[in-house]
Amino acid sequence: MPVLMDADRMGRTLTRIAHEVLERNRGDDELALVGIRTRGAVIARRLADKLHDILGAEVPTGALDITLYRDDLMRQPVGPQPLVRRTEIPFSIDDKRIVLVDDVLYTGRTIRAALDALIDFGRPKSIQLIVLVDRGHRELPIKADYVGKNLPTSTAQSVQVRMEETDGRDEVVIQDDGDVGGDE
Amino acid sequence: MASTDARATASVDDVAAQGPAQRTTLRSRHLISIGDLDPEEITLILDTAEAMKEIESRPIKKVPALRGKTIVNLFYEPSTRTRTSFEIAEKRLSADSLNVAATGSSVAKGETLLDTARNLEAMAPDMIVLRHAASGAPHQLARASRAAVINAGDGTHEHPTQALLDGFTIRARKGHIAGLKVAIIGDLLHSRVLRSNLLLLRALGAEIWVCGPPTLMLPGIEQFGVRATTRIDEAAEGADVLMMLRIQRERMRGHFVPSLREYFNVYGLTAERVERAKSDVIIMHPGPMNRGVEIASEVADGPYSVMLDQVANGVAVRMAVLYLLAGNPDEM
Repeated sequence: MPVLMDADRMGRTLTRIAHEVLERNRGDDELALVGIRTRGAVIARRLADKLHDILGAEVPTGALDITLYRDDLMRQPVGPQPLVRRTEIPFSIDDKRIVLVDDVLYTGRTIRAALDALIDFGRPKSIQLIVLVDRGHRELPIKADYVGKNLPTSTAQSVQVRMEETDGRDEVVIQDDGDVGGDE
Repeated sequence: MASTDARATASVDDVAAQGPAQRTTLRSRHLISIGDLDPEEITLILDTAEAMKEIESRPIKKVPALRGKTIVNLFYEPSTRTRTSFEIAEKRLSADSLNVAATGSSVAKGETLLDTARNLEAMAPDMIVLRHAASGAPHQLARASRAAVINAGDGTHEHPTQALLDGFTIRARKGHIAGLKVAIIGDLLHSRVLRSNLLLLRALGAEIWVCGPPTLMLPGIEQFGVRATTRIDEAAEGADVLMMLRIQRERMRGHFVPSLREYFNVYGLTAERVERAKSDVIIMHPGPMNRGVEIASEVADGPYSVMLDQVANGVAVRMAVLYLLAGNPDEM
C-alpha cells in the first residue's frame, strides 16, 4: 500500500493551499470555508487554522453533508441508505466567496451534489473548490481551483485520505483492489 | 456511480473508526411497532432525525432525497397533528404525497382495508402511512401491499413515530435517556402512545413509572418492567419527565371516570404536583390535550412544557423514518 503523502507532506501542502487561497482572494473579507463530510470537513478545519495563523482573523467554516443530494440515492435496487450526517453552516453564505473543500476529486458527482446543496443555503458571490487529491476520471464537467496533488490512477485503484481526527494519522495511500472504497 | 458508491463505503468506515458497531440501516422495511426495532435502530433513527432537523433552519427547507417516490397518507381516523407532520416531512424530502381520508366510519377492518390497499396499488405507491382505528391494521396492510407501511397509530396498539419523537425530544433536552425517571400519567388503557413509549423508553434504559386510575390501568403492566401506581404524587416524585396522556373519551365504552372534574382533582397535573418533580423536569403531552382534565392550563403553558418542541421534532423524526425505510428492499 504505497503512501503518497505523509503527515509532513500533507501539512506543507495545506499551508501552500492556504497561501494560494489568500493570494487569489486578496483583501476579501467575505471568504468562508465549507468542507464536505467527513474528511473534507476535517481538512477545511485545518485550513481555517492555517488561515487564522496567517491573517490573525477567523475565517467562517462549515461542514456540509451531501448524502440527501446524491444522484444514486434511490437508484440502488437494494441496499442500505447511506448514513445522513449533520450539516453545520453557522453563517449566511449570501454574498460570500465560498471555498468548498473535499479530500479526493474523482468522478465529480460529489461536488455536483455539494453545489446543489450549497445553493439551498443562499446565493454566494462565488464558489471555488479545493481538493487534497485529484485522481482524474471525471464524469461531470467539474474542475478544482486548488489541488494538493494530481494523481494519475486507474479506476481499479482506490485512493484513501486518512486524517488524524478521524483515522488516527495523516496520510494518503493508494490501493490496487478497487473494492476497499474510502475514496472521494 | 463509482464515486458515490465509494462514499457509502467511506461512511461505514467512518463509523467503524469512531467506535463499536453502529447500525446504518433498519432491518425491516415497515415501521409497525417499536418492538420491531432494537436499541441501535432506535438510535439510528434519532441520529438521522438530528441531521434532518437542521434542514428546517435553511432558507430552502427541502432536499431532493425522495424525488420520484410516491407516498399515500391513508387516514381512517381524524388526525391533524400526525397527518400534517407526515405531509410536511414528505414534502421536505421531495416525495410526491397524497392524502386519502377515509373518515366515514362505515369502513370496517378486514377485507375493506385490503380492498382499499389493492386499489391503491394501482397508483404504485412506494410507501403508505396508515392511521386506523383497528389495532393490527398496519400489520395486515403490510402483508398485502407491495409498499412499505408506516403505522401512524392503530387503535389502542401503537403509535411508533410518536414515541420516536418523544424519545428525540427527551434526548435533545436531557442529553440521554438511560437512567431518567419518566412518569407516564393518565388514560393508560386506551393509549397507543403509552405502548410505543414503554417499548422505546425501556429499550433505551429509562426508569418508567405509570400512573392512572384503577379503571384505566393496564392489567399486568408490571411485566413491561415498569412501576405502576395510582397515586400521582408518587409518580411525580423526583421525575425527570412527566408525560401526560389524554383522556380518550371517544374510545371509552362505559364509565371509567366519575366525571372529568373529579379526574382532574385526583390525576390532573397541577403546578403543585409539578413541584414534586426535579427542578429541571420537562412536561410532555402527545396532543390534543384537554385543558383542565389531565393538565392544568398554567402547567401546559408553563416553563417546563415542551409540547411545541414535540410537534416541531415530529417532522424531523418522520423525515428520518421515511428516508431510512425508502431504501429498504421489497422482500415480497
